[in-house]
Amino acid sequence: MAAHRCGLSLVCILFFSSLAHPSRCDTLEKANDNTATKRSISEVNTDGSVAGEDMNERQWQSTDVEVNRSDGTKNSETFTPAPAKDQFQEELVIRPLHSGDIYASFQFRTLWDTDFLQEGQKKVSHYRLFPKSLGQVLSKFSVQELHISFTQGFWRTMQWGQPFIPSPPGAELWVWFHHTVSDVDGNWKELTNVLSGIFCASLNFIDMTNTVQPSASFKPLGLGNATDHRFLRYATLPREIVCTENLTPWKKLLPCGSKAGLAVLMKSEKLFHSSFHSQAVHIRPICQDEQCTSKAWELRQTLNVVFDHYTSGQGKKEWSLFKMFSRTLTEACPLASSSKVYVDITDNPEGELFELSPATPLLSQAVVLGDRRTYSVYDLTRAETFGQLRSFNLLLRWKGDSGDMLRPLLHAERYVAGFGLQTGEIHTVIYNNHPYRAFPVLLMDSVPWYLQLYIHTLTVTSKSRDNKPSYIHYQPAKDRHRPHLLEMLIQLPPHSMTEVTVQFERALLKWTEYTPDPNHGFYVGSSVISALVPSMVAMSTNFTQDQPLFSSFVPVKEESSYFVRVYTEPLLVNLPTPDFSMPYNVICLTCTVVAVGYGSFYNLLTRTFQVDEPSPPLAKRLANFIRRIRGVPLLA
Amino acid sequence: MIKCTNLFFISHVSPGPCCLLQAEKQRGRYAALAIAAVVIVVGIPLWWKTTETYRAWLPFSEISELDSLQLQLSVDIEVVFSRGTLTPEQQKKFPLSHVNEKEHQVDVSIPELLTSPSTEADLSLHMLSESSCGSVVVYVIPETAALLPEDVKVYVGQRRTALLRSPPFKSSWSLKEVLSNLDVKVEQVVSTMSFSHQDIVAALSNRVRMAKVTKESMADSMRAIKSSPGYEITFSLLNPDPRSHSLHWDIEGAVQSCIQPLLNKLAPIANFSVDSQILYYVVLGVNPRFDNSVSAYTLSADSLSHVINPVEARLGSNAASSNPVLNFLLYVPDSHHSPLFIRDHSKREVPSNAFHSPRWGGIMVYNVNEMYGPEAEPPVDININMAKVMGVFLAQLRLMLGVQHTHPPTGFVLQSPGSAGLADWELDRLLWSRSVENIATASTTITSLAQLLDQIGNIVINDNIAQQVSSAVTSLQSAVAELEAGNLAFALQYSREAILASERAFFDPSLLHLLYFPDDQKFAIYIPLFLPMCVPIVLSLLKIVSEAKKRRADKQAKSD
Repeated sequence: MAAHRCGLSLVCILFFSSLAHPSRCDTLEKANDNTATKRSISEVNTDGSVAGEDMNERQWQSTDVEVNRSDGTKNSETFTPAPAKDQFQEELVIRPLHSGDIYASFQFRTLWDTDFLQEGQKKVSHYRLFPKSLGQVLSKFSVQELHISFTQGFWRTMQWGQPFIPSPPGAELWVWFHHTVSDVDGNWKELTNVLSGIFCASLNFIDMTNTVQPSASFKPLGLGNATDHRFLRYATLPREIVCTENLTPWKKLLPCGSKAGLAVLMKSEKLFHSSFHSQAVHIRPICQDEQCTSKAWELRQTLNVVFDHYTSGQGKKEWSLFKMFSRTLTEACPLASSSKVYVDITDNPEGELFELSPATPLLSQAVVLGDRRTYSVYDLTRAETFGQLRSFNLLLRWKGDSGDMLRPLLHAERYVAGFGLQTGEIHTVIYNNHPYRAFPVLLMDSVPWYLQLYIHTLTVTSKSRDNKPSYIHYQPAKDRHRPHLLEMLIQLPPHSMTEVTVQFERALLKWTEYTPDPNHGFYVGSSVISALVPSMVAMSTNFTQDQPLFSSFVPVKEESSYFVRVYTEPLLVNLPTPDFSMPYNVICLTCTVVAVGYGSFYNLLTRTFQVDEPSPPLAKRLANFIRRIRGVPLLA
Repeated sequence: MIKCTNLFFISHVSPGPCCLLQAEKQRGRYAALAIAAVVIVVGIPLWWKTTETYRAWLPFSEISELDSLQLQLSVDIEVVFSRGTLTPEQQKKFPLSHVNEKEHQVDVSIPELLTSPSTEADLSLHMLSESSCGSVVVYVIPETAALLPEDVKVYVGQRRTALLRSPPFKSSWSLKEVLSNLDVKVEQVVSTMSFSHQDIVAALSNRVRMAKVTKESMADSMRAIKSSPGYEITFSLLNPDPRSHSLHWDIEGAVQSCIQPLLNKLAPIANFSVDSQILYYVVLGVNPRFDNSVSAYTLSADSLSHVINPVEARLGSNAASSNPVLNFLLYVPDSHHSPLFIRDHSKREVPSNAFHSPRWGGIMVYNVNEMYGPEAEPPVDININMAKVMGVFLAQLRLMLGVQHTHPPTGFVLQSPGSAGLADWELDRLLWSRSVENIATASTTITSLAQLLDQIGNIVINDNIAQQVSSAVTSLQSAVAELEAGNLAFALQYSREAILASERAFFDPSLLHLLYFPDDQKFAIYIPLFLPMCVPIVLSLLKIVSEAKKRRADKQAKSD
């Protein structure tokens, strides 16, 4: 590399010498005969001042530099490129779900053998496959690990099973900062603002009132066993609506954009016409090899979508790539080192349930989420995948009825109970569907400050018996400053339902703190349940590069269990909503009361009193009137 | 007992009902007056004070002084007479210093003061002496010296020195005459090496509209990116066809060897950060036209302005900083559209195949179709000749940064800059115009901010804004003073501080908080309080006044 660079700089100098005007050199020689060293410098260098000789003030100007056009060609003949330090992989997994829906999961991975957190002079600034905007963010804010997801819709675990990478509805962002960062809160604030610019999302609404520092639930997924949760920030925006304006910048981060490869399929009108859509970016440092001698940065972009063709498509369960995405594949991204489409055919080993066309001889087995699954593999880097038509349209035809789905071992749901606008109760129900194994789960709840939790009412019951959590981390909220954070380690008995309840009181907000549509209610983010679920089959713990991407996201530490994260539904809570003309009314009423009080006081002070002859009563006056008419003397 | 009844009697009977009524009326009148007085003296100021917006004090008078700013630039010029140019007679009569004032009358009256304390020294000793930033040393050599070729009158070196061939002096001349004879020449040297009238006017062009500016210096100043504390330089390699071309560029090495020396030299002006990226599947906004006569695709100069937009969407904004970005794009046309050439307005091919857009950056088209034969299997590995590319980008970068191309008068020879790509005096030229431009920008910002705050009365002015404004004003004043004293480095530093402080004050978000709560709404809200309170007060005041008038009329009638 160094020799190569030397050669280039030599070329650079030679090039400059060809630029020099011979006449100018002559005069210089004469002028500088006493300073020989100076002359030698001036001979090899001229500035680019030849440029712009006859500029005029057009908007677009041609740049006039004399260029020796012949060189460079010789160079390329002997040129062999240095091995690239970055690589790109893409893959699509399609899983027919038992409900008749189709789950499609895209994963794009960029690996770069570099270190963004390098200290000192050598900053990373030359990008090839890794997006520059994200790289700059990483090095500016000293980010160790970054996970961001935008989700529209709710993943129905009971119907669909576990997703490859789970995400809560709305936006979720969690970041581990490097341990050298001194002002973590300042960095976090700035980072959320920058990311909201990059992804066109309202992440700038993340502030201290919805940021927490979970102590156990969110461990780094990459290298670096950071345990000090001071460097972790976690926030969700359950209200965030995800749409095309978030998808476009996400697609722009891909090296091939949406011009080639699997990303061609991402047509927003189809992707958002679905029951579930989730896009995410995960950045973390990982090991380059099994011995972990060198570090590489991994950017994983995932997009998960569930199409409900069964209900919307006249009850037909057939699908094809064209039907789902209204596009077909014609080529792999030329920059990708691997580009594959996987179709889950575990339920269909003999081909009796459905038929895939075109058929593929390639099969792959992977242990995903505690289950051994079989996949048909289509390798897009091979020309025969595309066949005669130069286009790849995967088609699935159902023959029989699909069987029953294995119930997911871990499942959770949540709801608000109670009546009225003063108090309420949050119920979180966690199911362990494992027939005979008990396992612990970490439950994390982040509740905004305006729901004032009564932590003494916290009860955890399983099988109608009190289940005492073995670890509780509770951070009470501060009004307008930070939310409640409740983390508990709960042991789930086998085949059981565990219910966690806590009562709360609704706070009154200041009138400026209400959202523009306060009667819609206020969102409370999903609870997060993280667990190591006992696996039915042995998980593979060895680290190999050629594992499919979808099975290699969460590092597996032991064979007997696998890591699962389950998000519950977000809650929508109604708060007591005032009449918003209230401030004006209050001012008016107060002023009127003051004015009335003042008026009578003023009256009392300034009125002149004088003794007045009491006027005769009405009867007497009437009598006198009659008497006057009759000419009788009046009454006294 | 009797006294008591007596008293009772007096109080009850003696004044009579008429007098009693008078006293009661008087008391009522006093009460009304007292209440009115309390409302006016205590109530209204209290209400005013509690509902007013906080406005810190701003140095308005100093800001208005800035509005009519007089800039005085002075350059230290050292004129060194080499042996043999002056007669001993003239040397004797040498005064200690000689100040030559020269005023250029500009519309905004910017007098430029040229000071030239002249000393005599030996040429060879001072040839390599370091002079301070912004100063100029002129060596006067005898007319017959063989140092310069015949037709060369002035030679400008790499540093801040110039050799001047002295015009023939008569030995009978006094020194004054000699110097005045030299004046024209020295002034030419200075306008080449530090600043000319045109440069300064162009630098001020944002602030003052002038008709006198030549087209060229205007174009120069339009092309150069605006003064800023930092710049992001981004090199992007656009590869629209990664399937057939696999491009490799050693941008890191090229930046180190070609760009970095220039940026190091420019470090006093701004912070530069350089990065690069490769973008794939980027297409130009226009379809190049195939030209049969040269069997190549061509882009005409008229269509260049449509090229950028689709490309720019892919470039990505710089997320990590808010400094202006200079983009340099290297476009390698895909195999179906190569070779691609750019043609200028006179339909000639541009030899560099590059073009640039003022204040935005440059694009170079790099054809690779000759580098491989038809038998090559795609993707073809192609190494880009970075020396060729960087030569073009370096020239464009100089233009963008405002290193202006000087047009020396005839007889001038400019030494080419050294390996840094920038001579010391070129840097000085840039520093001069940058400091003037900074001062102009900062004072415009501050004056318009002051104007705005003056016009809209209910903007909150917090203490930090007042502090920023006054620090901007003091920095501006010191920058002007340093320019006057000829300390270019300090002037630039102060002018940068002024710009930073003024921008911070101008863009402070706290200025916007109460912008949309005008006074009429405030009054409307308090009307339920004001109306019932004021009506009785006003009415009783009116009554008191009318009674007083009536009494006076009665008195007059009585006296008549």
